[in-house]
Amino acid sequence: MIRILKYVILDIIKNRLVLAYAIILAVLSWSLFSLEDNSAKGVLSLTNVVLLLVPLFSVIFSTIYLYNSAEFIELLVSQPLKRRDIWLGFYTGLSLALAAAFMIGAGLPLLFFADLGMSLILITTGLLITFVFVSLAMLVTVMTRDKARGIGLAILVWLFFAVLFDGLMLLLMFQFSDYPIEKTMIGLTSLSPIDLARIMILLRLDVSALMGFTGALFRDFFGSRSGEMISMALLVLWAATPLLISGLRFRKKDL
Amino acid sequence: MIQFENVSKRFGSLEVLKNVNLDMASGHCIALIGPNGCGKTTLIKSLLGMVIPDEGSIHVNGAEIIHQHLHRAGLGYMPQIGKYPGNLTIGQLIDMVRHLRPDQPIYDEYLIDSFGLRTLQSKKMATLSGGTIQKVSAALAFLFNPPVLVLDEPTAGLDPLSSETLKLKISQEVINGKLVLITSHILSELDDLVSQIIFMQEGRILFHKSVEALLEETKESKISKAIVTLLAKTVNS
Repeated sequence: MIRILKYVILDIIKNRLVLAYAIILAVLSWSLFSLEDNSAKGVLSLTNVVLLLVPLFSVIFSTIYLYNSAEFIELLVSQPLKRRDIWLGFYTGLSLALAAAFMIGAGLPLLFFADLGMSLILITTGLLITFVFVSLAMLVTVMTRDKARGIGLAILVWLFFAVLFDGLMLLLMFQFSDYPIEKTMIGLTSLSPIDLARIMILLRLDVSALMGFTGALFRDFFGSRSGEMISMALLVLWAATPLLISGLRFRKKDL
Repeated sequence: MIQFENVSKRFGSLEVLKNVNLDMASGHCIALIGPNGCGKTTLIKSLLGMVIPDEGSIHVNGAEIIHQHLHRAGLGYMPQIGKYPGNLTIGQLIDMVRHLRPDQPIYDEYLIDSFGLRTLQSKKMATLSGGTIQKVSAALAFLFNPPVLVLDEPTAGLDPLSSETLKLKISQEVINGKLVLITSHILSELDDLVSQIIFMQEGRILFHKSVEALLEETKESKISKAIVTLLAKTVNS
């Protein structure tokens, strides 16, 4: 797998889009931190950027890259290599490349400007969100043969988790506001990786009032520490599950 | 050496391989022929593990190969239309494939030299003509000196000179005791090359015969005519 990984990473590095991603993140984080005199406010603004931009770029770049690598995958499959290793090689390569871009673009300014505890939690969630959305992209590409449809599906995945999911939660809350649905809401929140990440960051920043109903619930229910741990575990699960399903499908895929 | 047992494959509602049974021995050059869409490429791809059959089993040297990968070390595959990462150069591509197969350090670089690929080393795959890509595919297929060679339309895009070079190389390897499986539509090319013929139609094996038996049965002197005669017979009867 290491051998495949090497070539995937070399190939991605040649792709200038990842560099552009790192630069955009860097410009955003430096400017946000220089605009705010309070670094906590900077972290908060950056959180919103990270929670929108990182999943968007991760899922769409990975999907397009995987479709464009169809030839590369076909070549690898005809070599004496395990399909599992090929698939894991692509996942690891994409994750590492995007994680490196995120570290350079957002991680460095965070470590430079913000309080260590705060920046570490934002970096961790940013990385986890990257892993989750690369994993979702792997699932999207293995499910659809058609490139246009696949990219459409990737955008839909992002739109659902970044925008629609919150709307649905709100709708649910209003509809069932007469019932004790707090615990259900907590359960439902774990269905969206972006919400989980938001909760992780906001619990640490101690601004749960800003994050609305679900965050406050989480706080009450879990308390900061265990809530954080549970969200992190759920995010890892969110990265592992689509990868596992896509790997099983790739094993049976005809090329 | 290679056995197919009751191999079936469908793509959706289309049955591409129907209960295929085959036994291929080494030291032969076997031509796999049949009309377009009769399942030749699917058959080859299932041997390579690129297509996973729905039913049946395939054995190479007695070992089941479905969902396995190690047998591919002993297979050289030249695809009909080679698809390679466009941003790699020829040199990088060949180096990469070598690097991916570290336990096979002995190389047969005859085709790299005789196709003049060394002078094209730094050309990107995306800029190459169809014929040059074919040459790269051929060079890669022979590079690791595999006991089984699977060539899908090997001479389709090649110029006459390179095509002769490749055919010469193929017959040499057959003499060396390898199993060569060729698909082709250019029957006249096969005459001095192949020793057995497999004819496929609509996913079934119509016949698997040695060339001598085929020629004798039809009283023809060329494979192309023999097959036409045989097909005319099956249609008439």
